[in-house]
Amino acid sequence: MDKSYDVCVIGAGVTGSAVARELTKYNLSVCVLEKEEDVCSGTSKANSGIAHAGFDPVPGSRMAELNVRGAELIRSLHKELDFPYRQNGALVLCFAEEDKPSLQALYERGVRNGVKELKILSGEEARALEPALSDQVVAALYAPTSGIVCPFGMTIAFAENAADNGADFYFLSPVKNVKKEKDGYAVRTPDHTFRVRAVVNAAGLYADRIHAMVSSEPLTVTPRRGEYILMDREVGDTVNATIFQLPGKQGKGVLVTPTVHGNLMVGPSADDIGDKEDTETTYAGMAGIREKARLSVPGVPLNRMITSFSGLRAHGTTGDFVLGQPADAPGFFNVAAIESPGLTSAPAIGEWTAREIAGYTGASENRNFNGSRKGIPHVAEMAPAERAALIASRPDYGRIVCRCENVSEGEIRDAIRRTLGARSLDGVKRRVRQGMGRCQAGFCTPGAIAILAEELGIPEEQVTKNRPGSELLVREDEI
Amino acid sequence: MSAYHDLVIIGGGPAGLAAAISAREAGLTDILILERDTALGGILNQCIHNGFGLHTFKEELTGPEYADRYIRKVVELGIPYKLSTIVADISKDREILYVNPEEGAVPIRAGAVILAMGCRERPRGALGLPGYRPAGIYTAGTAQRLMNIEGKKVGKEVVILGSGDIGLIMARRMTLEGAHVQVVAELLPFSGGLKRNIVQCLDDYGIPLKLSHTVTCIHGKERVTGVTISEVGPDRRPVPGTETEYACDTLLLSCGLLPENELSKNASVPLSPVTGGPEVDDRLQTAVPGIFACGNVLHVHDLVDFVSGEAELAGRNAVEYLRGNGGSGTEIPVLAQNGVRYTVPQRVHAGVTEGTVTVRFRVGDVYKNKCLCVYAGDRNIRRIRKRILVPGEMGEVILKCEDYANLSAGQTVRVTLED
Amino acid sequence: METRELICIQCPMGCPLTVTIDGDDIRVTGNTCPRGAVYGKKEVTDPTRTVTSTVCVQGGEIPRVSVKTSADIPKGRIREVMAAIRALRVNAPVRIGQVLLPDVAGTGVDIIATKTVGEKNV
Repeated sequence: MDKSYDVCVIGAGVTGSAVARELTKYNLSVCVLEKEEDVCSGTSKANSGIAHAGFDPVPGSRMAELNVRGAELIRSLHKELDFPYRQNGALVLCFAEEDKPSLQALYERGVRNGVKELKILSGEEARALEPALSDQVVAALYAPTSGIVCPFGMTIAFAENAADNGADFYFLSPVKNVKKEKDGYAVRTPDHTFRVRAVVNAAGLYADRIHAMVSSEPLTVTPRRGEYILMDREVGDTVNATIFQLPGKQGKGVLVTPTVHGNLMVGPSADDIGDKEDTETTYAGMAGIREKARLSVPGVPLNRMITSFSGLRAHGTTGDFVLGQPADAPGFFNVAAIESPGLTSAPAIGEWTAREIAGYTGASENRNFNGSRKGIPHVAEMAPAERAALIASRPDYGRIVCRCENVSEGEIRDAIRRTLGARSLDGVKRRVRQGMGRCQAGFCTPGAIAILAEELGIPEEQVTKNRPGSELLVREDEI
Repeated sequence: MSAYHDLVIIGGGPAGLAAAISAREAGLTDILILERDTALGGILNQCIHNGFGLHTFKEELTGPEYADRYIRKVVELGIPYKLSTIVADISKDREILYVNPEEGAVPIRAGAVILAMGCRERPRGALGLPGYRPAGIYTAGTAQRLMNIEGKKVGKEVVILGSGDIGLIMARRMTLEGAHVQVVAELLPFSGGLKRNIVQCLDDYGIPLKLSHTVTCIHGKERVTGVTISEVGPDRRPVPGTETEYACDTLLLSCGLLPENELSKNASVPLSPVTGGPEVDDRLQTAVPGIFACGNVLHVHDLVDFVSGEAELAGRNAVEYLRGNGGSGTEIPVLAQNGVRYTVPQRVHAGVTEGTVTVRFRVGDVYKNKCLCVYAGDRNIRRIRKRILVPGEMGEVILKCEDYANLSAGQTVRVTLED
Repeated sequence: METRELICIQCPMGCPLTVTIDGDDIRVTGNTCPRGAVYGKKEVTDPTRTVTSTVCVQGGEIPRVSVKTSADIPKGRIREVMAAIRALRVNAPVRIGQVLLPDVAGTGVDIIATKTVGEKNV
């Protein structure tokens, strides 16, 4: 079936969702096509969750500009869109006297990028700030403006708010072809052909393939796998700031950071691989990050690991984001090779891209845009009286399903019923943290399956972990 | 002012039920059981297999039947309980906040508290199993609940990692329900499960048990499509070149149980790094006065019968505490040594000349023809020859209080293995 | 003469038994109590098992009721008994101990409920 929109965004990761939301600030009809069953299902779901201060990118690069702007936007957006964010600061550790000039260079780079409050600390000063740090630390770059953010929460907030402002999302809609037409493009999925004036290529790891459908300019995106280890919330206060390692003789290094939800996390490894779906974790990868994490924090409580995971960065070849229209494809806007600091930059990439498209299409400002959004209540974090009042109005907020993260049935139902609601167990998990805790969904899986089946009106046997094919149960007659 | 109860029991499983009954039988009226599930009975409700109650009732019952005897008694005695009620917080001063759909979030105070929250299973994530994260990976207990309570099928071609009792029970259960259980792999050179379960759940159905093997990769991007199993060396690391591929749609994990003590930590109850449960004295009182612990929250048991016995003791002692008979005497640490991994209790009271104390323990390895010895100070007070001691089976030794009554501060009771 | 190695399951001891079968003469060694000898003999001559499972309950407050064979059945007949249990549907309410299927698969043993399941509140 043919559908017609002004703009088609391919990909509902953090960048695509941010672009979509910014586009709804203009009088443009917007559709978002996502190959998976939910937003935030690729690179956006498995990364460090850091809102980088911006000292890392090369001054003058798009990365530098958009990182700093993105970090600034997140500081206000998290309140407006109600997603978890905390400014916890970051330290970049230097372990050898001979590496001090590199630390100084990083400091200067940050200053040139416009990062505020940067400071070089001595080893003692760094340890005074973070007592768990290694004795081997001789100096550190301190960036108080660095923060931690929930990558799911931020992506879902962008997408929900975009949808609430009129963007249409199509899930399980992989783009099979993009064809240049007289007044724009025809974007074909298995179910529809979308006739649009402009296309945004936010396809993450697949951005190179989408790009190649319309342009002969070179663009390569290779998956670079990063493995992570997540530890129990009880040890989440091992460090307060995000601890980086200065790239030096030990290689690029890994970070040790609290997550915005209070867990402790270490990672990532960095392996260039061929398969764009290869999110395996490996013995070697996990052993590597353990070893490197101990360099920063010798007592990092790795025995309190609750899960490990890996994500794929969309690694480009230019060392910078690939943004804007290729010369041979006007109206086709790349937002490609969005690797670190991609999460931080996403709101700024969205802002810039939407402005470009508004210019290209001549769209006017949408005066009805409502940029604020309220998240799902975290019942367990409320004061007892407030909690009791809420339960009185909705008793299902008083029925705890996930005991590790204290998630009630009401919150799970909200996650499914909301705009762009969850369609799978992972979708619920990313919205309300059911199953994210130390038992890793051991106790709450049966309850969550039952609620999903009831809300979606499907048999429990059709409930999936994420995409089709990931059904959790087997039918009686299959066995 | 929040409501007050003499005794609040957190958990309405086998431990909580037995504790409540014994407290009532000791004469205590004001008792409240808080249970998070929709029914009393705890994990027994999903343990539909038989083998429970041989010690307590001298007959073989299924889990639900064993639970039913205690539930009926609780009802008969009119002991109040709340279902679908989760305890959100507890302080060292025994202030409790519970939450349920009917009442909301309710703070109460308790004269004494018995912790009886049970344990949880070690998940895939904590095991660090490499590979993908598809659907079809379940802890054995989750699969057991889905099958036995919800009446669902979790898979057709099954591999089980870990030979804990729930894993063994589920191997049989899934086989009887039409699934094909290909293998049970166990990292250790011995099984942590009961002999009876290895015989009746694996051998009866020709399911191989591969000791010193583990899963080294999980395959499948949507649902599990297979696992790689490798042999492990004495260092428990996989031996390269020993990989075998199994095509399967389900991986069950039975790799250990962990006492669930997050609430205990809120109440500042010190925990044992070995058991994962509170450190308790011979009255099963934690280091926080008025807070007692029993059952799997204290240490993981093999047999529910022992849970019931332990819980009855906790119930009686909580009543004594409420009556001001908190006990006297010098606290003497009980040390686990030379192959004995831990003891419960971890402390006893000297100065008492009457009665006995049951000390439960586990060993860290398989030991044959050893003597279990107990010393009070330097004096040997028990010496029991054991043909075999295995980590999967909890041992017990009963001490006469008079045997260590003369110990003074600074001295210890030691439980140890000798030739 | 045939020799079989068994593990006694009568108690947590798990004694390793050696059963020697010489026609009608069956000897058990390795046991540390009389129950071990009885078990060893029975396991080689007439092995039996209790079967436990669940049965679908119609109109019940929960979807399944747990069940067991009221006594041991011959080990060789477990699958027939399971097939009969699988085919069984019962209506709520069900009382613990209630016979749900008499003489399952002609074994002379009944299938009984091990749990009480009340009627669903409508």
